[in-house]
Parts: sequence; C-alpha cells; structure tokens
Amino acid sequence: MSEEAPAIHARGLVRRFGDEVAVDRLALRVARGTITALLGHNGAGKTTVVRLLNGVLAADAGEATVLGLDPWRDGDALRRRTGVSTERPSLDPRLSGRANLRLYAALYGVPVVREEAAIDGVLARFGLAARGDDRVATFSRGMTQRLALARCALHDPDLYFLDEPSAGLDPLAARDLRAWIADLARVHGKTVLLCTHDLGEAQRLADRVVVLRDGAVAAEGTPSELAARFGADRLEIDVPAAQAQGAARALAEADLPCTSVLEADASPLPVGAARLRLNVGADAAPRVARTLVAAEVDLLRLEPVLASLEEVYAAVYARERAA
Amino acid sequence: MSGSARGGVDLRAVRALARRDVQVVLRTRAVVLPLILVPALIQVIIPLALIALVRFAGDGGALDLAGDLEPLLAALPDGVRADLDRLDPSGRALALALGRLFAPLMLIVPLMVASVIAADAFAGEKERGTLEALLHAPVRARDLFLGKLLAAWVPAVAVGLAGTAAYAVVVTVAAWPLTGGPFLPASVWLPLALFVGPAVALAGLGATVVVSARVRTFQEAYQLGGIVVLPVVGLVVAQATGAAVLDARAMLWIGAAAWTAAAALLAFGLRTFHRERLALDL
Repeated sequence: MSEEAPAIHARGLVRRFGDEVAVDRLALRVARGTITALLGHNGAGKTTVVRLLNGVLAADAGEATVLGLDPWRDGDALRRRTGVSTERPSLDPRLSGRANLRLYAALYGVPVVREEAAIDGVLARFGLAARGDDRVATFSRGMTQRLALARCALHDPDLYFLDEPSAGLDPLAARDLRAWIADLARVHGKTVLLCTHDLGEAQRLADRVVVLRDGAVAAEGTPSELAARFGADRLEIDVPAAQAQGAARALAEADLPCTSVLEADASPLPVGAARLRLNVGADAAPRVARTLVAAEVDLLRLEPVLASLEEVYAAVYARERAA
Repeated sequence: MSGSARGGVDLRAVRALARRDVQVVLRTRAVVLPLILVPALIQVIIPLALIALVRFAGDGGALDLAGDLEPLLAALPDGVRADLDRLDPSGRALALALGRLFAPLMLIVPLMVASVIAADAFAGEKERGTLEALLHAPVRARDLFLGKLLAAWVPAVAVGLAGTAAYAVVVTVAAWPLTGGPFLPASVWLPLALFVGPAVALAGLGATVVVSARVRTFQEAYQLGGIVVLPVVGLVVAQATGAAVLDARAMLWIGAAAWTAAAALLAFGLRTFHRERLALDL
C-alpha cells in the first residue's frame, strides 16, 4: 500500500444497536497527515464511528481500511498504531498517573528499556511531571484529561482518535492542546480524527470537517468549502462609534441594510469603534465603500468574512431538520 | 514483536494487567477489609475462642460440644473413632470440631478472596469506566481475561494456603494441652489445602466472572457471587449431622467436582468476554 493511500477510508459503514441505527452508510476519507473534525450533536454517532474504525465494534455492513489495515480482521495490529483519547478519561483513580501509564506502556508494547523515558516524556509534555506519582483521584478534571492525552501519545501512534480532548481543560491548557494537535499533523505528519463539540477548536485546527447527524454524513468539506456552501456571504465594516448610526442609515438608503451593529467597546472591537454587518457578498464591497465615503463616514475597516463553522453547523442542522 | 501479535499469550500484557488489578484492590479499603477480617475470624479468632471455651468451661462444656458432634463421631470410620476415644472429652471435642468440622470452612477464605478480587476486576472495571481505554488498546480479550483471572486466583490460593497453615499452627499449639499433640488428619487437610482450595477458588472466580458480565457494579457482582459459599456451608452441615464424612476420598471427589465446575464456568465466562460484547456494556 502506498503512503498516498488515505489513513482512513470507509464506505457504507452501518452499525445498528437493536432497532436504532447508530451509523448509517457512513463514507469517510481521511488523508494522512491531516486533521479531520467530526462534528455532531450528542448521539450523532461520533463515538461509535471511532469504535468502529479502531475495531472495537464490528460493522453490520460496509467496509473500512485504517492505516492500510482491516479494523475487524487486523484489530490488534491496527490498535498498536492508533492512540485513542476517549470521552471519559478511563483512568484508574486509585493508581498514580505513572502506574496508569505503565499499564498502557506494556499493552502498547513500548520497549521495557524505554518505558520510563516514554512515561517521563509524556508526563512532561502534558505538564504533569511533578504530579506523576500522585493518585489520579487527587487530580483536577483538567489534569485527568491531560493524563488521558499523555496515555494516548505514549507509544507515538500514527493515527490519533481524539474524542472531546479539550473537555475540562482551562483556557491555557486548551490552547496548549490545540498547539499540540496542530503539531501532530503539521510537524510530525500524524493523522488526527478529532471528535468535538467545540466548533472554534475545529475551525482553528481542522483541514476537513465532517458533520454527522443521526449517524450519517450531513455535510463534509474544508471549513472554507462548507462556509461557501452553507454560510451566507457577509461584509464587516468598522467605523467610529459616533458615526455608526449615520453609516447604517446611509447603507439602508442605498438598499444595503445592516444585519447587526456592534457598539463601541464590544469585544473584540478597537476602542471607540463600531462594527456593522451586512449579508452581502464581496462583490458589493466597492458599492458599500462608495456609499460610506459619500456619507462622509470614516471607514476603518471593510472585509468580506466567511461564515464561521458555528454558523455552518447551525445551517446544516437547520436544513436537515427542515428536510 | 509481542506474543499477542504472534498469536500466543502476550505475557507482558497479562502480567501488567494482573499487577494493575492487584494494586487497585490493595488500595481499596472496602475490598481489603474483608480480605483481612474473614480469614482472621475463621482461621484464628473463632478457633482460639473455641479452644478457650473448652479449656476454661471444664468437662461440662466439652461434654456439651462432644454431644453436639456425636453424629459426626458416629459417622467416622472405626479406626479414626478409636483414636479419638483415646482422648479425654475435651481433647476429643476439639479434635472433632477443629480437625473435622472446621475443615470445609477453610475453603471460604480462598473462595471469598477470589470472588472479591474478581468482582472488582470484572464488574468494578465497568463501574469505574476504565474499560473503554483497555478495549481500544492492542490487547486480546483472552489476555485481558487471563490477566484478571490471575489477579484474583493467585492471591486467593496464596491467602488460602497461608491461612490454612496459620490455622494448623494456631490450633495445634493452642489445643496441645488437651489433645496431647497434633490432631489435624493429614489425609484430609493436605488435599484440602493443595487440591480442593485452589479448585474452589477458581470455581468461585468463574461464578463471579459469569455474574459480572450481567451486572454493572462491584457490589452487585460480589453479593450475587457470594452464593458460591452455599456448597461450603452445605459441607459443614453434612458433617455436623453425620450425613457425610470428609475423608481423603471425599476430598478428591470434591476437588474434582470443583475443578470441573471451574473449567465449565470459566469457559462460559470466556465465551461472553469478547471485545464487542464488552464495548456494548460501556
């Protein structure tokens, strides 16, 4: 199998639990060295997809190849090359962080002579070097989550399944986590399948986004593609706050009504500025600029903005609901 | 390449899993307390209390006890009865109670140790939510099963043997003034400790494994698994009423039955212990 082959290639995956269809004819292609975000409401099937792709659950129909292996026939060989951070940390609170990691070093076949160094390395990477010998029961939720991530990275896997990895992390730890995930793919060439509810995190990290609904793919593409497909075109205009009302009136008279006006001091605006939003495409920018200049408004900023992933996600679910 | 990848048993994984389960048990007061109290009670405190009662209650107390044990005495072979008849009433009562009647009680210790640890290792793993990461790891369900099995069985056999040895020393020394020497029949106690005890521990473990697959918490598994103690109680009652005598042959039969039951229960438990089934319980 060539290195160009995708890390994950699934076709027509179906998994039922009784009468409930948890995964419905799922098709997924994840290129090596990329980050793919798997989005969806609770119960949309994200965790089941991870369990299927890592060979923990069998599919009722369909086929999949993960790192060139059949997850259900070559499950253990595959699992040696994957690292999974589960939604619940799945660590024993009565043991120390180090003892928890020692178990998994043995299970993942980390060579005995490198075991302690590997454990020290991941503990340090996730800021737990000073607490490695303490019981997990004494850890905060964020520390427990970081230990779960340390376990996931212990054997330097080729493919990471990260299920809600930033749950419980404080803002700085979450930022550090995002940097780590980005480095996994951009620097080390690892592949990441990121299941998350944090759409900002997905927006910042993901090369591709897959939105699941009721176990089926509701939308898929790069964040830009999805924004173009599901998000409305928009212009953002920053003007001095004192001129905001006049600017909005001038635009309305030119048949360019604003959808919102953010007042001065509203984060993240510059001090003394106001932000106007218009649901028009970039091709309307010259007309907007001319209108504001004619109205003697000082134009501080004028920029076409892509729809955020949050807007895309809402639009996808709204469309599905309507359907 | 690991043993698992070759298709054999991944010994490193099995050892790591067993060590982890034992470490976890040793850090859990609710599990450790019965592991200390029950052997102490059955194998030291109650026998010493009985010896003290007989020694200090005089012949009257000993005669009462001997009367209670009359059905057991009557059921014993002639040769054994003749040996016991050479002792005075106090010595005879103790030799009967501690040498014969108490013998099946020794089985409670390995049985309980195995059940407690197995309930924690199998059902407790589900309850603590620590199973999912194991299922995502490259360990075969069979090796996972084996690791948990060893974590429960090895300590159960070790505690059972140590407890039985402690019992033998304690009752022999404490009762010496009344019995005039060692009185535990080796033909009963050696097969009990070395053959029946390990088998009963494994059978209890197997029963707990089967129960654990159907419950969600350690307490449920432990309580339901506790039913396995009933056959042992049955043996005590059977002896006390003279319905059965535990001699060497009986020990061999009981041991064989326990090994067979253990094999059947574990085979059944292993059949239901696979990744898919475990994942459905998450």
